[in-house]
Amino acid sequence: MIGIPSRHKSLVLLAGVIILQVLMLAVQIKRESQGRLIRVWTVGAVSPFERAGSSSFGWFRDAWRKYFALQNTTKENEQIRRENDALKLQVAQLQGKAAEADRLAILLNFRKSHADVPMITARVIGTGAGTASLMIQLDRGERDGIRKNMGVITPDGVVGKVVEAYPNASQVLLLTDKESGVGAMLADSRIQSPVGGQGEPLLVMKYVPNDDEVNLGERVITSGMDRIFPRDLPVGTVMEIKAGNPFKQIRVKPSANLERLEEVLVLPSLRPLETKSEERPANAQPSAPIASAPPPAVRR
Amino acid sequence: MNDAFDIRGESHIEVHKFRAGAIIIATLLALVIQASFPIHFAKAAVLDFPLLVTIYFGLSRRNPSTGLLLGVVIGLFQDSLSGPTVPLGLYGIAKTIIGYLASSIGARLDTEHPAARFALTFAFFIVHQGLIAVTRGILLGQPEPWFNMHLIVTALVNGLVAVLLFLLLDRLRRN
Repeated sequence: MIGIPSRHKSLVLLAGVIILQVLMLAVQIKRESQGRLIRVWTVGAVSPFERAGSSSFGWFRDAWRKYFALQNTTKENEQIRRENDALKLQVAQLQGKAAEADRLAILLNFRKSHADVPMITARVIGTGAGTASLMIQLDRGERDGIRKNMGVITPDGVVGKVVEAYPNASQVLLLTDKESGVGAMLADSRIQSPVGGQGEPLLVMKYVPNDDEVNLGERVITSGMDRIFPRDLPVGTVMEIKAGNPFKQIRVKPSANLERLEEVLVLPSLRPLETKSEERPANAQPSAPIASAPPPAVRR
Repeated sequence: MNDAFDIRGESHIEVHKFRAGAIIIATLLALVIQASFPIHFAKAAVLDFPLLVTIYFGLSRRNPSTGLLLGVVIGLFQDSLSGPTVPLGLYGIAKTIIGYLASSIGARLDTEHPAARFALTFAFFIVHQGLIAVTRGILLGQPEPWFNMHLIVTALVNGLVAVLLFLLLDRLRRN
């Protein structure tokens, strides 16, 4: 038995006596509408613990759920991460397919709008093996009706021409290659001049006399004189004009995005295509005499 | 007979003993007077003779256990005589604490001087009324204001009466 220090005995006695009297009060008193005081006290004494217990239980439950019941979280995280990676791949694939669908829709619309003009749709399956030539390879060849020197376009403009046709594939020399060229003319002034590549992103319009007026931003279209492309197909836009001797040095930005080709159209015939920019200005000059110019730069 | 003893190094604090039955008789007289005196003198209701007796014997006996037990007995008697509206324990609790405090203070201070008795009674009366108010408010759900000028006045009156009463009660001590 634990002894109580003598100096504390009176305190213990005081506490005991007071508690007894408080209990005695509780037994005697009956509050209106609340029953006996001891019941009120009991409820009042217990309810804080109940409240605290309820809160603590809720806290522990939340803590357990949020922090401790995480046995499978690592595994779930790994699974979710794998699923996330797979979904990212799927999204990228779907985005690619959506972009492809858009491009094909544009091609389809272009073909529908020129239903009377025969076209062969081909997919770009490769590029040139070296830097010496700017070339692409198509998944269609002779069996599909593709022949050498056929023109290749996109809805945006001229791409190049077929330089080799194999049974199931073909090679296309891009317009930007040094050996490439197309019969072209300025859309507004109707000045004709071949446009060729320089192995650079920009094309060169080679034989425009210094006396002829050429404006920056003027459109360049096919003239049909090369017997490869029908006339009035977009070739590019004039980006730079310099005086030369005896011809202007005109640099042209290709209309087709030659650096990102995925689907193209091969033109088996020279039947003219109606393009969006066929309107001829009222003050357009007649075709410039190309007789004085050197032979067309289109090479076959 | 006066017994000298030391508590925590304090010397010459005397514990007073009383004649046989003096405490019991004094307590009963206080209770009777408290119960009957106001019938004839309404103003006498402000006096709390049982409290004064508790304070006196607590200060004199200077034993906390004895003091609080005396407070319990006097308080419970007062409760019993106060009618059914006063539950047993209301005065009991208050006087238990006062008895304990009085005997504890009496063991440390010289409480023989009339001024000290007056001051202590004044303070104990206020504490006593405060304890009753707390008991009513917290335990019984009957809150009421207690600290006001009337309390101060009644505390002063009880202090003055205590000085006289304690002189009378001193005669009950053993020589």
